[in-house]
Amino acid sequence: MADGISAPIEHRYSPYTDNGGTILAIAGEDFCVIAGDTRQSEGYSINTRYAPKVFKMSNNSVLANSGFHADGVTLAKQLDQRIQESTGEWYRHAHEKDMSTPAFAQLLATTLYGKRFFPYYTFSIVGGLDKEGKGCVYGYDPVGSFERYTCRAAGSAQNLIQPFLDSQVGITAVNRAEQLSLVSVIRIVKDAFTSATERDIYTGDFIEMFIITQEGVETQLHPLKRD
Amino acid sequence: MNRQDQLLDGFYRRDTYSPRVQDMYPRDQPSAFAGVDPVAHTQSPIVTGTSVIALKFQGGVMMAADTLASYGSLARFRDVERLHKLTDTAVLGSTGDVSDYQHVQHMMERLMIREDYHNDGHKLAPPHLFEYLRNVMYHRRSKNDPLWNRFVLAGHHNNTSFLGYVDLQGTTYQSDTIATGFGAHLAQPLLRKAVESRGGPQNVTEEDAIKIIEDCMRVLFYRDARSLNKFQRATIATDRLEITEPYSVDTEWAFAESIRGYGV
Amino acid sequence: MSSTKVAGGFSFENHVRNVALQNKGMALPRATKTGTTIAGIIFKDGVVLGADTRATEGPIVADKNCEKIHYLAPNMYCCGAGTAADTEFTTSMICSDLELHRLATGRDSRVVTALTMLKQYLFKYQGHIGAALVLGGYDHSGPQLFTIYPHGSTDKLPYVTMGSGSLAAMAVFEAKWQRDMERQDAIELVREAIESGIFNDLGSGSNVDICVLEKDKVDMLRNYARPNERGQKEQNYRFQRGTTDVLSTSVRNLVIVEEGDQMDTS
Repeated sequence: MADGISAPIEHRYSPYTDNGGTILAIAGEDFCVIAGDTRQSEGYSINTRYAPKVFKMSNNSVLANSGFHADGVTLAKQLDQRIQESTGEWYRHAHEKDMSTPAFAQLLATTLYGKRFFPYYTFSIVGGLDKEGKGCVYGYDPVGSFERYTCRAAGSAQNLIQPFLDSQVGITAVNRAEQLSLVSVIRIVKDAFTSATERDIYTGDFIEMFIITQEGVETQLHPLKRD
Repeated sequence: MNRQDQLLDGFYRRDTYSPRVQDMYPRDQPSAFAGVDPVAHTQSPIVTGTSVIALKFQGGVMMAADTLASYGSLARFRDVERLHKLTDTAVLGSTGDVSDYQHVQHMMERLMIREDYHNDGHKLAPPHLFEYLRNVMYHRRSKNDPLWNRFVLAGHHNNTSFLGYVDLQGTTYQSDTIATGFGAHLAQPLLRKAVESRGGPQNVTEEDAIKIIEDCMRVLFYRDARSLNKFQRATIATDRLEITEPYSVDTEWAFAESIRGYGV
Repeated sequence: MSSTKVAGGFSFENHVRNVALQNKGMALPRATKTGTTIAGIIFKDGVVLGADTRATEGPIVADKNCEKIHYLAPNMYCCGAGTAADTEFTTSMICSDLELHRLATGRDSRVVTALTMLKQYLFKYQGHIGAALVLGGYDHSGPQLFTIYPHGSTDKLPYVTMGSGSLAAMAVFEAKWQRDMERQDAIELVREAIESGIFNDLGSGSNVDICVLEKDKVDMLRNYARPNERGQKEQNYRFQRGTTDVLSTSVRNLVIVEEGDQMDTS
């Protein structure tokens, strides 16, 4: 409709699109919380209010992808095939145990770099427990550069959330000598998403949260604003 | 700008992500692929169909699409069926290039025949067909030779409804309501409102669903210049899959009589 | 560059320089766009205008409760979509011109007068002033409703929408609008149309503003619906007193400068 401000019609084909959305993860002493919103959008339209972008990969590792949704899904499926007992026979059969989170983190980096010249347009975060049972978080760029963090945000509201996480749980956090409890980390995650929803048009609808402890992986779903 | 730069162009347009992305493929340096043009597959759609709309209701799924195939702005073919029965429990609807859609019909038909060879009584359920279609679409986009369509797959199998979307870039989602093309802007708001105000698809009766679909098709006919007031409606419910013959809805233009001029 | 005195209007002083810089790759500052849903309908006794209240800068929400229904005259209001500055300045300038015109003629403003002034002004600038407007008013010839596009074209229709959420809102009107609706029914229909934009268009959000124009009566219903209240935060993030260590303290009296003892500036 010629209103002078609606987006132009796509003429040239691009193999990439941006489906928006935000993900984050926080590593605790003996747990890890990793979450994402569930809105999938394209341009100014909402495709669906519930499209998961956080995936449980094993009993101790969870993968979150933002960016181009189709690449994120393909990446998760490819990794799943390599590590899961249910669909693949690779790692699990050879070692008779789940892959550790640090090993999975390295596998993801290698997988991403393998497509260096036709990258997966995904901004990934991995959350889980390391070999000592401590919470661990890994953050990636689309071609596989990665690093371990205590907290990490990615996606359309990364610039809004990361400074907030740094001030509350990161290295610059003041007044946080004591380790954060799981309860307060969950509060921080919820507040990060409700605040991002206020100011980022691509974030909203629901938070899907995965809590990883020695006991396994628990999920929670919380509503966000839908405008 | 060479081909490789073009491919990655969309990649850089986003400035909200990490600045490190900018460093991965510096634009001002000659590309490693300079002089080597990859095979230029990417065409553009020629004969096209407009919106497909669909919603879940109590015990089934309903989908509709008009029968117009346009050649640019020319209303070229007025009786092209864009809803295709895949199995006894699934229907595929297509927006976009009609020849690519017919290719997919053929391909899915072949898949079903291969499945039937086993003669083990097993039928592909809607989620299986959807996964197959997603893989095909994503594979073709990765070859830079996309099938220029937005597909909606609706099914009802073992008392479970399925409604999924997949497009030329391999993007997928499932939802209680789906609308493609112009319908994503015009019909989707009406579909969502209709389903949400009733408290979810389980409270939408088949009669409700027919009315909702017809109201949406009417609005699309009013406002989508590439649409036609002649459409088919598919219903996939327990023990029943039916696609109607093309039909029309009544329209209202009386208010137009009173409009005089555009201002002064 | 010479700056000749001009009577008014825009300054094009650095235009040539800016085009040259742009061609070398300089990015111009980005204006706030009101990715918007605005709408209006004619009902039995008047006009209802509606707007959402979100203003965006790219993907960021710049203002969660801005006003997009602008005052033009006692009997006229105007919803604006597009570049925020353009809609605000254009409507306020036409508002002034209408006021002066009323003082000069001693008569109430007519809606077509405002319409003609707006369209001629926008046409003069060939679309560079990015204002997409919905103009509603009530004058001697009854309720009137127009849309004005940035290039200066106009429409006269009984129900109209504009902005990035225009399709979501228009779908509601196409499905439910009727001739000669009652006042409250009309308000509720416009609310539903604006909410359709708020919930389905990412450029639109927050609250619904409504304005009802009738004979010798205007009702500005600011935040008529608030369907997006922010929930309670989980915890308080105010820093506790003493968060920043005080290493040393020094308090000084202000230095008073006496007359005749001023700083030597020679």
